[in-house]
Amino acid sequence: MAWFRKSKEGLPTQEKRNIPEGIWTKCDSCGEVVYGKKMEELLWVCPNCDFHFRIPTQKYIDLLLDDGQLEEYDIEISSLDPLKFKDSKKYPDRIKAAQQKTGKTEGVIAGMATMGGIEISFAIMNFQFIGGSMGSVVGEKIARAIERAIEKEVPLIIVSSSGGARMQEGILSLMQMAKTSALLAILHEKKIPYISILTNPTTAGVMASYASLGDVILVEPKALLGFAGPRVIQQTIGQDLPDGFQSSEFFMDKGFVDKIVNRKDLRDTVIALLRFMWSK
Amino acid sequence: MSDRPFLEFERPIFELEQKISDMKDFAVGENIELSGEIVSLEKKLEKLREKTYSNLTRWQKVQLSRHPKRPYTLDYIKLMTTGFIELHGDRFFADDKAMVGGFAWLDDEPVMIVGQQKGRDTKQKVIRNFGMAHPEGYRKALRLFQLAEKFQVPIVVLVDTPGAFPGIGAEERGQAEAIAYNIREMSRLRVPIVVVIIGEGASGGALGVGVGDRIMILEYAWYSVISPEGCAAILWRDAAKAPEAAEALRPTSDDLIKLKIVDSIIPEPSRGAHCDPEAAAKLVKKAIQETLQELSLKSTDELLLDRLKKYRHIGVFQD
Repeated sequence: MAWFRKSKEGLPTQEKRNIPEGIWTKCDSCGEVVYGKKMEELLWVCPNCDFHFRIPTQKYIDLLLDDGQLEEYDIEISSLDPLKFKDSKKYPDRIKAAQQKTGKTEGVIAGMATMGGIEISFAIMNFQFIGGSMGSVVGEKIARAIERAIEKEVPLIIVSSSGGARMQEGILSLMQMAKTSALLAILHEKKIPYISILTNPTTAGVMASYASLGDVILVEPKALLGFAGPRVIQQTIGQDLPDGFQSSEFFMDKGFVDKIVNRKDLRDTVIALLRFMWSK
Repeated sequence: MSDRPFLEFERPIFELEQKISDMKDFAVGENIELSGEIVSLEKKLEKLREKTYSNLTRWQKVQLSRHPKRPYTLDYIKLMTTGFIELHGDRFFADDKAMVGGFAWLDDEPVMIVGQQKGRDTKQKVIRNFGMAHPEGYRKALRLFQLAEKFQVPIVVLVDTPGAFPGIGAEERGQAEAIAYNIREMSRLRVPIVVVIIGEGASGGALGVGVGDRIMILEYAWYSVISPEGCAAILWRDAAKAPEAAEALRPTSDDLIKLKIVDSIIPEPSRGAHCDPEAAAKLVKKAIQETLQELSLKSTDELLLDRLKKYRHIGVFQD
């Protein structure tokens, strides 16, 4: 089957749609060619079609948090290899490669910050780190971010981008869905706000746990969302998928996200919502 | 999977059984004394069985979990309980026939029993959607769990699914939301929850009804983040590498005990639950009753705190 063509090792589909470099940039979605500096001003959003390029986690930190300041927690926590997992590569080698590529120990950055002067517990996933996949460390760092929100009684903001649970840690990855969701139940009971921000893509195990459990769910335009990946669905049902299937706009229309927000308006939207939901 | 009565790795056993049976018929029909030969073949058969079943690979165990004659959720309900009243529908969209549930008696104890249901023949397989629930299935399950909580009836969940259904309707109706919400709500239900993985426990489709105070698994059942085929298709780019993926994922009952994900393994009758469903059901029933008894000693607050701690501590990492 064409889907399983062996091309190169690893997960090559995740390399594209990075920060565009060079003087001129071509939009992956509509082909519009834009001057690089202009793209920077536009926060890497195509002026023609509104396609949101994937940007590094640091850019979101700069964009969302007061003065771009994050007091980072749990920096050192890193993955082990409990299953001694090996496919075409050994799992520890994948981790090392991801660490070298991103300069980070794992696929989520978490800590304390303020937005519009309101103290928050913040976490952001990094799709560049093994497809933003959730293993024990991502689950633990998200869990601790939720616990900080509970202990300090401050709102929780999580920016998600993930292909789902990390296969290389097997059942332990699946259980991170239960770990994070169980803590969100406590946050919910304590009536502390949780705003979930979904970016391209957010699917599978992450979408089927904390990403879907926000009091308010915001999403960037034209992101890929959903439980199953489009390839899996296509193979299962044996027919082509409708245009725009599983996009932000699709899930907005079906009633599963609150609002599609352009990147430039994300910060103001979160702050405006917090003012309604959090007066402390 | 074909409907033949044995799995590929069982073929030599099946053939030897056939041979013995033929020889017996022949001996009787022709009035010939063959008992010596028959006894020696039967000894050989016993050895072959023992050798085969004591050295099963992970992939062979996965195949056993999908045996065409393996007991399914409604079989266990029929064999273990009395007075089962099936309750239908999620009150929003539909009655998902891949997810069944209702009140039943385990001897003199009432329970709410819920689980995925697979079909035996082609028609039933389609009706049950191969045990792959849609969002309405997860919402029906939660409705029944909340009904149980309201009337303080303990919950028993039987998990047997190759995954939550990946389809257009499932996405349109929020498969991810349904599973996420179930996981969150199950972590706070104020009644004891006992989960038994009876066959396949694939991914979010299993976890969406699988949060509980005690997680038990049948000897030849499996539970993992993804099916071996799904994992092979993504990491090996070839679904035919499922046997390799099954080894790598460590999804069997022995693996899960070592990883401290399940609390106990329920042994199966010799050569698997399908060889003696009544005996299998007895073992499952006994395990559920003992567990419910143990959980009934806890106060509700204690139960919920322990449940939270159970999941809070899952994960292997370096800090």
